[in-house]
Amino acid sequence: MNETFTKAMARNMFYGGAVFFFLLFLALTFDTVKNLPKRDHRENITESVVRGKHIWETRNCVGCHTILGEGAYFAPELGNVYKRRGGEFIKAWIAAQPTGIPGRRQMPQFHLNDQELDDIVEFLKWTSEIDTNNWPPNIEG
Amino acid sequence: MQFKSQAVAKPYFIAAIALFVGQILFGLIMGYQYVVGDFLFPYIPFNVARMVHTNLLIVWILFGFMGAAYYLIPEEAETELYSPKLAMLMFWIFLGAGVLTIVGYLAVPYATLAQATGNDLLATMGREFLEQPLPTKIGIVIVALAFLFNLSMTVLKGRKTSISLVLLIGLWGLAIFFLFSFYNPSNLVLDKYFWWWTVHLWVEGVWELILGAMLAFVLIKITGVDREVIEKWLYVIIAMTLITGIIGTGHHYFWIGTPEYWQWFGSVFSALEPIPFFMMTVFAFNMVNRRRREHPNKAATLWALGTGVMAFLGAGVWGFMHTLAPVNFFTHGTQITAAHGHMAFYGAYVMVNLTMISYAMPLLRGRSANSGSAQVMEMWAFWMMTVSIVFITLFLTAAGILQIWLQRMGSNPMSFMDAQDQVMLFYWMREITGFVFFAGLVLYIGSFFYKQNEAPAAA
Ligand code: HEM
Ligand code: HEM
Ligand SMILES: [Fe+2]
Repeated sequence: MNETFTKAMARNMFYGGAVFFFLLFLALTFDTVKNLPKRDHRENITESVVRGKHIWETRNCVGCHTILGEGAYFAPELGNVYKRRGGEFIKAWIAAQPTGIPGRRQMPQFHLNDQELDDIVEFLKWTSEIDTNNWPPNIEG
Repeated sequence: MQFKSQAVAKPYFIAAIALFVGQILFGLIMGYQYVVGDFLFPYIPFNVARMVHTNLLIVWILFGFMGAAYYLIPEEAETELYSPKLAMLMFWIFLGAGVLTIVGYLAVPYATLAQATGNDLLATMGREFLEQPLPTKIGIVIVALAFLFNLSMTVLKGRKTSISLVLLIGLWGLAIFFLFSFYNPSNLVLDKYFWWWTVHLWVEGVWELILGAMLAFVLIKITGVDREVIEKWLYVIIAMTLITGIIGTGHHYFWIGTPEYWQWFGSVFSALEPIPFFMMTVFAFNMVNRRRREHPNKAATLWALGTGVMAFLGAGVWGFMHTLAPVNFFTHGTQITAAHGHMAFYGAYVMVNLTMISYAMPLLRGRSANSGSAQVMEMWAFWMMTVSIVFITLFLTAAGILQIWLQRMGSNPMSFMDAQDQVMLFYWMREITGFVFFAGLVLYIGSFFYKQNEAPAAA
């Protein structure tokens, strides 16, 4: 590297760059958080949705599935599954697991009661209504 | 080894490698479940194997970073470690917490584990990479704080070099951004937004500082190039890392409910993220070419050069491939992501740890370098693992492109599961290559025991 560009200049570039871009990031975060209510429809986050998210987490669904494209790639996207399949199908599906078809990927039986099944559906319904800039590309996720 | 207390690094390195073996075994289990879906079901469901695979990865990389810091800081500060006892205590706490957590994943249903460990008091579990029970997360924070205290005290009483400063900033950042793992709002969008403050700001932020400092340290040692030159490179590299990488977080904010403007910020800044990785490659080759001594440890030199190249390929090239919003619209959450995740993690953080271990382990065992034949064996292991990961990445990329084509394009898209059936061939090839990787890892471990009594290799 050039001799006129000293280590002290490099160090200042590091500190200056880090501070400036972190502050910019904070400003953007502030703006994002302010604008989110219009996009996430948080007025629809009911008690049931909250419980549903808790069930989603404590069964580690994200260890096989993606939700809004994040998670594991072993099983279908579930961010839009409510639109793809509807609530009744989702409940019947979860209750019927595992399929036991030899050689096929298996989903565990979680022994959810009716209330818990309703909660997970409510969570997935709310999730499917988030404004995701039209992602995924089609209904298959 | 110049200071007695550097010896605490050794158990950290050994634990790191042992957990690495566990990580790969569970990778192979999952790779097999990808082709024979019901393999080990219901004993080890895929999601459990995945938690074990990714959490072992993170934990062993942290073990590696800690070992590296305990080795590097006393030598840079030219003084004994503040408290070797504290370092050893933290080693056992961290190992204990890690092993218990993995046993917990495997032994009881995840919901039971969550209930038993206080997840109802403060729900933090069940999010990708952050699956650890609350006591483990708290344990990580305690270990990290004790570790940082120990190192900071060492630096304060000794020589303050740019390398140790950068390493410390990186490690402090690691601990601070981990705190976001305790924030889990019931609003999924907010949850995801701040989840990335841990995940992205780790691998494309503060961890790169740690990576840079470790690489710079090893390069000074093996090339003898002037410290001023190396530290100037280090500062420029990490400046570029944060200038591009912080706003680059936006490449995860395209489709999770966040405002549209992130498509611009995320695309533009993350498209520049390959720059620091490219500089790392140039840096490593430049320093080795300008070397002022012939270090007898050829294997460590190979690992250092390999880190530069593979981090650039995995993070830089494979990252760039899917980072522009119009491309990411199609690739988001497919096998393309997995392909990139594998080569980036391996090329950057696995390899920099193995670089450090390759350099420091012989010294910790009382010689400047291993025997020539042991080094040849280690270099074979380097090539087997590295070439395997390249092919694993290529097969997953092929699977990903096909997946997108079948499931996300055209007027008559296939369902997810039908598309998976169509790309089975690539999953088989990935799994077979995984076994080659594992063989490379076994060979790597063998090199620690092979002909150790022969004289060290001459320069
Ligand atoms: C060599 C044998 C390996 C095999 C067969 C293997 C297999 C797998 C599989 C099947 C997944 C889950 C993908 C999914 O969610 O559907 C996975 C995830 C992952 N593995 Fe591996 N793996 C191996 C080695 C490694 C290595 C060496 C690393 C690190 C350097 C690694 C890092 C990761 C990471 C970071 C993820 C999460 C990826 C993401 O979320 O996109 N794996 N692996
Ligand atoms: C060593 C550095 C890096 C590591 C270890 C790494 C690792 C990963 C991992 C594991 C994921 C998957 C996360 C998940 O499971 O959701 C990911 C996602 C991603 N990475 Fe990286 N990465 C690195 C650098 C980069 C760089 C430099 C770029 C851009 C140039 C990049 C672009 C992306 C993008 C766009 C995604 C999202 C993929 C999706 O939409 O599904 N990464 N990275
Ligand atoms: Fe990222």
